[in-house]
Amino acid sequence: MAILHPCVGSVYREVPCSVPPTNCLLWGSSLPGAVPDMRMTVADALNSALDEEMSADPKVFLIGEEVGENQGAYKISKGLLEKYGPERVIDTPVTEAGFTGMGVGAAYYGLRPVVEFMTFNFSMQAIDHIINSAAKSNYTSGGQMSAPIVFRGPNGASAGLGAEHNQCYAAWYAACPGLKVLSPYSSEDARGLLKAAIRDPDPVVFLENEFLYGESFPVSAEVLDSSFCLPIGKAKIEREGKDVTITAFSKMVGYALQAADILSKEGINAEVINLRSIRPLDRATINASVRKTNRLVTVEEGFPQHGVGAEICASVIEDSFHYLVAPVERISAADVPMPYAINLERMALPQVTFYQIYLIKYEEKHVN
Amino acid sequence: MAAFSAFKLLPPHPIPIRSTSSKPSIPFLSSSSHLSIHPSKTSISSSSSSSRLRPLHAAPSDLLADKTNLGPAPVISRDVALELYEDMVLGRSFEDMCAQMYYKGKMFGFVHLYNGQEAVSTGFIKLLKKADSVVSTYRDHVHALSKGVPARAVMAELFGKATGCCRGQGGSMHIFSAEHGLLGGFAFIGEGIPVATGAAFTSKYRREVLKESDCDLVTVAFFGDGTCNNGQFFECLNMAALWKLPIVFVVENNLWAIGMSHLRATSDPEIWKKGPAFGMPGVHVDGMDVLKVREVAKEAIERARRGEGPSLVECETYRFRGHSLADPDELRNRDEKAHYASRDPILALKKYILEHNLATESELKAIEMKIDDVIEDAVEFADSSPLPPRSQLLENVFADPKGFGLGPDGKYRCEDPKFTQGTAQV
Repeated sequence: MAILHPCVGSVYREVPCSVPPTNCLLWGSSLPGAVPDMRMTVADALNSALDEEMSADPKVFLIGEEVGENQGAYKISKGLLEKYGPERVIDTPVTEAGFTGMGVGAAYYGLRPVVEFMTFNFSMQAIDHIINSAAKSNYTSGGQMSAPIVFRGPNGASAGLGAEHNQCYAAWYAACPGLKVLSPYSSEDARGLLKAAIRDPDPVVFLENEFLYGESFPVSAEVLDSSFCLPIGKAKIEREGKDVTITAFSKMVGYALQAADILSKEGINAEVINLRSIRPLDRATINASVRKTNRLVTVEEGFPQHGVGAEICASVIEDSFHYLVAPVERISAADVPMPYAINLERMALPQVTFYQIYLIKYEEKHVN
Repeated sequence: MAAFSAFKLLPPHPIPIRSTSSKPSIPFLSSSSHLSIHPSKTSISSSSSSSRLRPLHAAPSDLLADKTNLGPAPVISRDVALELYEDMVLGRSFEDMCAQMYYKGKMFGFVHLYNGQEAVSTGFIKLLKKADSVVSTYRDHVHALSKGVPARAVMAELFGKATGCCRGQGGSMHIFSAEHGLLGGFAFIGEGIPVATGAAFTSKYRREVLKESDCDLVTVAFFGDGTCNNGQFFECLNMAALWKLPIVFVVENNLWAIGMSHLRATSDPEIWKKGPAFGMPGVHVDGMDVLKVREVAKEAIERARRGEGPSLVECETYRFRGHSLADPDELRNRDEKAHYASRDPILALKKYILEHNLATESELKAIEMKIDDVIEDAVEFADSSPLPPRSQLLENVFADPKGFGLGPDGKYRCEDPKFTQGTAQV
């Protein structure tokens, strides 16, 4: 595994360096367990993952609106058109159903398309191809037509864009057999999960978040390595605790961590689980955590009914019923289409302060 | 470029009303109209007064100007004639057997039969290489057979047996064969068109990016008249023409989408005209005549193979049976059915073969009996095949079965032996 040195060349190129890591002033110590010095935004993480996978395998190509000349609607595909050419970075007309189905047809023949949706709200125009042509095809063809395709784009709430640009699709896609649904939080998640998704032989729905694109996170040398991949189906415990388990994915992980900080000042030690993989759900990690803490709060940005939290709740009740000392608390968006007015929009989405409401409820239940 | 610019020059004319010479329910499209898309023939015959009722068309090919005016020499060789005959008889006999088996309860669900449309399948698919792709709809049995999928495999799939081409997991509407380049088998109309566009895209990608310079594979997408009002159809016409993809869009216009007549559903019923609107040749051909279909198909497929881009071919055809075996077929006029039954493509080819002495009556009869044996063998095979085992329920959901995730014990579910036995909790 080569170590990437930021001092020599681009961070995306592996360059051997004769200076031993322990002596390198820029890296500090890159021995295992050392605090990493590099930071990377989620946007750069996704861009580097796409770049590396496209470089490693000529069958990978990117298709979607604005991905080429406009460098991506959110600049995630910056520089890729220049590097790989218009045959591999394809700007499409506004035809979600058409180009998504086209991607699936190419995937049947072993190419590895990465289909970008400007936002996952637009994927509703192509959902027939995601579910029927991609997710179900390996099964209905008896194993002949698998679709190694990735559908990616920003998911969930935006700011001030109203009802049609704000829905979270995690629960809808995670309900469908044959699909894998991933949602990264940090840059490490973004790189590792996108690479895993592109290498995966099955269709993967990759739910990013517009607000996380600009956030930077520390990344270790291991994360920057071009062979870095995260396993699909394993959650990450972002913060260990013993009093309550909070499950979250994507942007809500950040909120959960902030809430955990607030709770810790009140003497409540929360364990925060970053789901990473919505389908398959890491039921083992969630249940093990609940068995330790005996309480569960699920957080998501999507609608409450039939949401991700509902599935986690059911899983915990089925597998760890006797360990719960209080009912499961689901925190989600309000059960309304997203309003436009700033104050209403704020009220319609989970806020960190909602944890304080929970805190009060927690105390009520805690007192026996 | 000359070919489709000829079509673009066609002046607009009022939406044609039904042809005065036939019963009201029979559409205006003339039964022997034929259009050539050969680039050298660009003259437009804007001739007669009857052009108000008939579509304007480019100069017809010398070979098949009129059905009754066939030259002395046949246009196909004996071998080809027998191949086409055998393929059409196979399709017809297979579908008739499906009907019998359905009413006996051996087949279930939705079964959509292709009787009457054989000329389109045979006319196109017999010109393709094994590696070329065909994308179909739910009316896919005969496309599969023409493409080379064994009758046994298709019949077993329809019976829902483990030996079917999709292991019994797909059924009538989802016939797939990776080996024969048959990409399904889609239940929603219009669903196959973008997938076909993707297959054509792959051919171009392999040539240009993966540098397989000899990759000249063509995709043929079959779909019906109802689909031509669907958004995906137009999206793909646009993209295929924009990127010059090697695809042929074949409309099997049998005039009915279940009980919705094409004329009631479509503002401009002449589907071939939609091709030039997107920058590709649009051709209308008599889909009950396998030789005419084959002539047009050859041109369209070769055009795609040369890298000149897509074509839209509208085949006027008819399904003798209802939309599916569950369809009582009450809306179609008996006269209309009789009209098309008299133009049965198999009988037409038989007549042609005998008239041109390409084969004797007894040779054709021998082919029919051979096909009967093939069908009987297929039924016996399907009957005697086992149902899928219980453990097959969870197979093939993912190419990578780790997609089922980790079980409560922290290990991958697919590694649990009870998982494959079908007794584990899903």
